[in-house]
Amino acid sequence: MILPWLILIPFIGGLLCWYGERFGTTLPRWIALLSMLLLFGLGLWLWATGDFTLAPAPGVAPQWASEFQVPWIERFGITIHLALDGLSMLMVVLTGLLGVLSVLCSWNEIQHRIGFFHLNLMWILGGVVGVFLAVDLFLFFFFWEMMLVPMYFLIALWGHSGSEGKTRINAATKFFIYTQASGLVMLVAILGLVLVNYSQTGVLTFNYADLLKAELAPRTEYLLMLGFFIAFAVKFPVVPLHSWLPDAHAQAPTAGSVDLAGILLKTAAYGMLRFSLPLFPNASAEFAPIVMWLGVFAIVYGALLSFAQTDIKRLVAYSSVSHMGFVLIAIYSGSQIALQGAVVQMVAHGLSAAALFILCGQLYERLHTRDMRQMGGIWARMPYLPAVSLFFAAAALGLPGTGNFVGEFLILIGSFQYVPWIAVLATSGLVLGSVYSLIMIHRAYFGPAKDDSPLAGLRPRELGMVLGLAVLLVLLGIYPQPVLDTSAASMHGVQQWFGTAFTQFASAR
Amino acid sequence: MEFTTQHLIALLPLLVTCATAVVVMLGIAWRRNHTLTYVLSVLGLNLALLSIIPALGATPLAVTEMVQVDRYACFYTALILIATLACVTLAHAYLGEHDDGKGYPGNREELYLLTLLAAAGGILLVSAQNLAGLFIGLELLSVPVYGMVAYAFFNKRSLEAGIKYMVLSAAGSAFLLFGMALLYADAGTLNFTGIGTQLAANGLPSAMAQLGLGMMLVGLAFKLSLVPFHLWTPDVYEGAPAPVAAFLATASKVAVFAVLLRLFQISPVANEGLLNLVLSAIAIASILIGNLLALIQSNLKRLLGYSSIAHFGYLLIAVIASKGLAVEAIGVYLATYTLTSLGAFGVITLMSTPYSGRDADALYEYRGLFWRRPYLTAVLTVMMLSLAGIPLTAGFIGKFYVIAAGVESGQWWLLAALIVGSAIGVYYYLRVMVAMFLVEPNLHRHDAPMRWAQRAGGIMLLCVAVLAFVLGVYPQPLLDLVQHAGLAFAG
Repeated sequence: MILPWLILIPFIGGLLCWYGERFGTTLPRWIALLSMLLLFGLGLWLWATGDFTLAPAPGVAPQWASEFQVPWIERFGITIHLALDGLSMLMVVLTGLLGVLSVLCSWNEIQHRIGFFHLNLMWILGGVVGVFLAVDLFLFFFFWEMMLVPMYFLIALWGHSGSEGKTRINAATKFFIYTQASGLVMLVAILGLVLVNYSQTGVLTFNYADLLKAELAPRTEYLLMLGFFIAFAVKFPVVPLHSWLPDAHAQAPTAGSVDLAGILLKTAAYGMLRFSLPLFPNASAEFAPIVMWLGVFAIVYGALLSFAQTDIKRLVAYSSVSHMGFVLIAIYSGSQIALQGAVVQMVAHGLSAAALFILCGQLYERLHTRDMRQMGGIWARMPYLPAVSLFFAAAALGLPGTGNFVGEFLILIGSFQYVPWIAVLATSGLVLGSVYSLIMIHRAYFGPAKDDSPLAGLRPRELGMVLGLAVLLVLLGIYPQPVLDTSAASMHGVQQWFGTAFTQFASAR
Repeated sequence: MEFTTQHLIALLPLLVTCATAVVVMLGIAWRRNHTLTYVLSVLGLNLALLSIIPALGATPLAVTEMVQVDRYACFYTALILIATLACVTLAHAYLGEHDDGKGYPGNREELYLLTLLAAAGGILLVSAQNLAGLFIGLELLSVPVYGMVAYAFFNKRSLEAGIKYMVLSAAGSAFLLFGMALLYADAGTLNFTGIGTQLAANGLPSAMAQLGLGMMLVGLAFKLSLVPFHLWTPDVYEGAPAPVAAFLATASKVAVFAVLLRLFQISPVANEGLLNLVLSAIAIASILIGNLLALIQSNLKRLLGYSSIAHFGYLLIAVIASKGLAVEAIGVYLATYTLTSLGAFGVITLMSTPYSGRDADALYEYRGLFWRRPYLTAVLTVMMLSLAGIPLTAGFIGKFYVIAAGVESGQWWLLAALIVGSAIGVYYYLRVMVAMFLVEPNLHRHDAPMRWAQRAGGIMLLCVAVLAFVLGVYPQPLLDLVQHAGLAFAG
């Protein structure tokens, strides 16, 4: 019974925030903070008590650490079916943590329409938790599309306007159209899958467990897989479909960027691991080389473009493209170690990207610019923030001792076994990563100062957020075992589905 | 044939609506009173709505050669009556009170009379099973609407819209009649079932029958404003008083679409060969052109007009699919579309209330509405999301159904058009939505009355919004209803 509450808490909290605005401007913030803490706490409690050796695997009916099911739309056999395994658990906890942080980081930034802002923020998080928990394909799609609307509002109403011709509304609309159109392609694929299953069994159902058993002709499987892949690739983002991301990030308020980079991108990776690979293992295996090369391309392309940016938030946004490229390779490499690495990388990137965006936001609050050409010499002008930025830049380039290193290392070592050339080329991402990370530090914090007046230091709230993230990232870097244990069973299941098909295709080639 | 009580019961909704029209007419002749006329119309429409329940007990029943009262007809009758009720309520708010000197300066009462007559035509149309019934119903529906569109005749645009609609609608009717004549010459019967069997008997329909069907399609496409017969739509939507535009977008189109579907379902040959190709082309053109032209509109009523062109293009996908889920999908889609359009036009009506020469339909008049009328904005936001087909709103369920019907019959090209169309559509729906949340400009001519939510129109509007949300979250009751609203095939 606890699973629906994970979704309901943010939704109810959001409505309360809206009403709370009548009683003062601080009340909505506290309500939002409390509901996020509640979500995070519930997540941690579930993590501590759950048995995550249970996860769906081929051949047997899926087992879950926790499950919830009530009928919803009987006409189509749609149920509100939520389930939790190690993978979704980690993602939900990450959502809760970043939810708390995004409320905290907008404490000073957002000064008008506070209630409505928090309504949107809470609903995004509620939708994301829904995506991570839903195992009914209709419900999954429902949440997938639903979280777009509040995100749109967040960017369009509270965003920053960028350079001329790039207004926040355009960025928000671009984000919405990209994801909505690709989402409809996925809806067509979902319906195709359901109707194929219906023609075989005579049962109309959207249930994950039942659809896993559908027998698909190779051509159909390939087309349906593509339908899912397009939707996930846009959100991921895989390179030819990524152009909404830098705009959305540059224009979004800090909380929006934190959510976007920290968890919204992860919904796509989660969708591939949960749905694409298990539902269409053969087609995915056939498609895998293309995807992995796209991943290599994303790593290099993201890194190069990141290097060329002058807007600090766009720089971080392109670095996300590069980092998610590693995750893409890992998902389609067919190796258990790489899959585990993908999970660690998702968590680590969630933490480090969130921290970098929070730091950008803090910098923006003080300098009122995101243009690195206007920065320089900040190291001498304010305490703490430059040093903390240096730490997270080092984390982003994969310095040993941080979670990012563990993730990237596992991904490379795992995929090297199966696809050595791709792994070798992907390694270049580490080198390029250090280039753009260090150039960011160099341009923003060192060099000649544009102005010598000291800047306001970090408040305890601001310092607490980033230091907390730094501690978590180091913990993940030196002792990742709890995370690996939690996701082990889920990743093993995915590997069994996909690995067999992958080896067959590899030997056939 | 024998006329029994059963027949009368089956016809009750139509009879009650017609009786209401007579009563309202006599009432106006006896004493002009705006509120009285309004109350009489609402009472009559509610009675008609209630009389569907006994009528359901008598179904399916063929009353004369022309009318077939089945569950399908009852469902669409209910939809038309509900839409009419909403429009009448909106009209009451829109025309305003006489006493305070504000509002519509001319005679208000006749609008109700015309609306009731058009509703009667709609009810006849959805139960027509014969070309003659189809034509009578269609004309009874269209002719009062000419008057309604031009009702605010002091306003040049309204008058222009009325004349434009009359001329083009008459041209459409002419096509329809010619098509019927050709079809009759070929099949020798006016009955839908008879036409179906006649056409199917000799393999492919003859060239004359195909031409007849094609011309009928042209006539109906005029009324449904499908591309390339859509040119009147934006002007008429813009010129017509907002409640009338609501009627035009909902009750009128629903009725015409229902009869089109019945014709194509009962004589499936009508939807084969060349005609199928023509229908597909019309669907794709409607989706793309409707959405593309909506992009450049800065007038909300014109925008809704173009968007309705696109929506009926989506609906054609289900007509072309024609089997399996199709009839159900159309029922659900029309119900959700009606609800959404009523909501959207309702907001425009309340913004323009009471009548003051021009409706509040320019997009800039909605800028910053959220900070003045948060709940009205919430209603329009839900409606825009529903038109765009975003989850949590009724429109999503409709779109889901249409896509399901399309996937089921493998209409991949049409589905691709739908996806492209939706992506374009999202842009202008979002533009309307976000405008309401922006900082407001300094001056605004139009605004909904402060106490809008306490009047009948406002309450109705809030109900529509809540319903659009509830059906988006829990659509099962509607789906049950539609699932049982199947066609009766027996002639």
